Amino acid sequence: MQQEVLLAMVAKEPSYGYELRARLRQALGPLGEAMNAGQIYVTLSRLEKAGLVSAEQPTELAEGQDRKTYALTADGQQRVADWITEVSWPKPDLAEFHLKLVAAAAAGLADPLTIVDAQRRELLRRLGDTQRAAMAEPDRSDAALLLEGIALRLQADLRWLEACEKSWTGRRSRS
Amino acid sequence: MNGIGTTPLVQARRLRKEYGTGEGLVRAVDEVDLDVARGETVAVMGPSGCGKSTLLHLLGGLDRPSGGEVSLNGRRIDGIGEKALARMRRTDVGFVFQAFHLMEELTAIENVELSALLARRSPRAARRRAADLLEQVGLADRATFLPSALSGGQRQRIAIARALSNEPLLVLADEPTGNLDSAATLDVLQLFESLHESGQTLVIVTHDSRIAATADRLISMRDGAFVDETRLTGGTRGDLSGLVRLED
Repeated sequence: MQQEVLLAMVAKEPSYGYELRARLRQALGPLGEAMNAGQIYVTLSRLEKAGLVSAEQPTELAEGQDRKTYALTADGQQRVADWITEVSWPKPDLAEFHLKLVAAAAAGLADPLTIVDAQRRELLRRLGDTQRAAMAEPDRSDAALLLEGIALRLQADLRWLEACEKSWTGRRSRS
Repeated sequence: MNGIGTTPLVQARRLRKEYGTGEGLVRAVDEVDLDVARGETVAVMGPSGCGKSTLLHLLGGLDRPSGGEVSLNGRRIDGIGEKALARMRRTDVGFVFQAFHLMEELTAIENVELSALLARRSPRAARRRAADLLEQVGLADRATFLPSALSGGQRQRIAIARALSNEPLLVLADEPTGNLDSAATLDVLQLFESLHESGQTLVIVTHDSRIAATADRLISMRDGAFVDETRLTGGTRGDLSGLVRLED
């Protein structure tokens, strides 16, 4: 779990670990199902060590219970504010696949069109999974919006594969 | 003899449709073989002009082939007379189009019941069926609205209800989400999914990879012929966590 994400979840109010987990699961829907509680507590203890959150343990506590409430420190608040205004964005990672096609064609390892077809099938399966998950979400849930974004990116990738297919079909018929 | 239940619902063999003559001859559909099983959802994708709409018209008896065979429910339809063909279109096939093709002067429920009336159902049975279908597509509260008062997604759901009016063996859809935004597309997809679950056989011609991705089988078409076929059911279903990166 990215530290800043969890930090920003704490920003709402001092919270128990399980509350943070519930907030994340609410926002991620079916995409957050694989997220386990352990990850969250590991990240929280790192944040605590880094002085970005403070943890308060109630004095009366049943044996073996984690009942710490986590709150942002001043440093933590600053980090969240910086993170919110950051404009980083995942860069499209297409070079690897592109180079795979180039290398396969140059060395005669495989037909680039076969590679494109196999990739298309994989992306269509992912898109199908995403659509089915989106259909199962209630209207306008946070998770539905995330799933829409994933579906749109997969559609963009599928369109790029069409362009790859066109280009490599053209090269084959010229050679 | 094979029971009807085991033969494919749709069968096409060396199906061909040509337009023009001589130099101008266009093979819109070029020797296509296709089997569609009962209860299957098949999507056909391809660039504009690849022949996918023509194929759909041949399967639904809206157009006649230049050569080859088409059977629906074990019965050849490529050579039957006009009257029999019209009857087949009314009772065995439901059509859904990109531009909805609703009658603008009729209300939603009148649009839906019209096809049942044309198939000679009693007015009372037609009305009851239409009300049930509007309920099924989630538009019972819009029954008395004119199409012009409805959104694109709602109009398409009315059109789908109309297509189901006579309990067709086969539903054929031509770019059903071509005029719809993202949310309305999801509604239509949802509706197709529930039809699929109820055992309806569907053939959908589309540009929309979201529709294609939720079909059982996807056929890619180029220049009138099938160039690729993919079975999509199974796959990565369930493993959604692989779709986003949550780790550091």
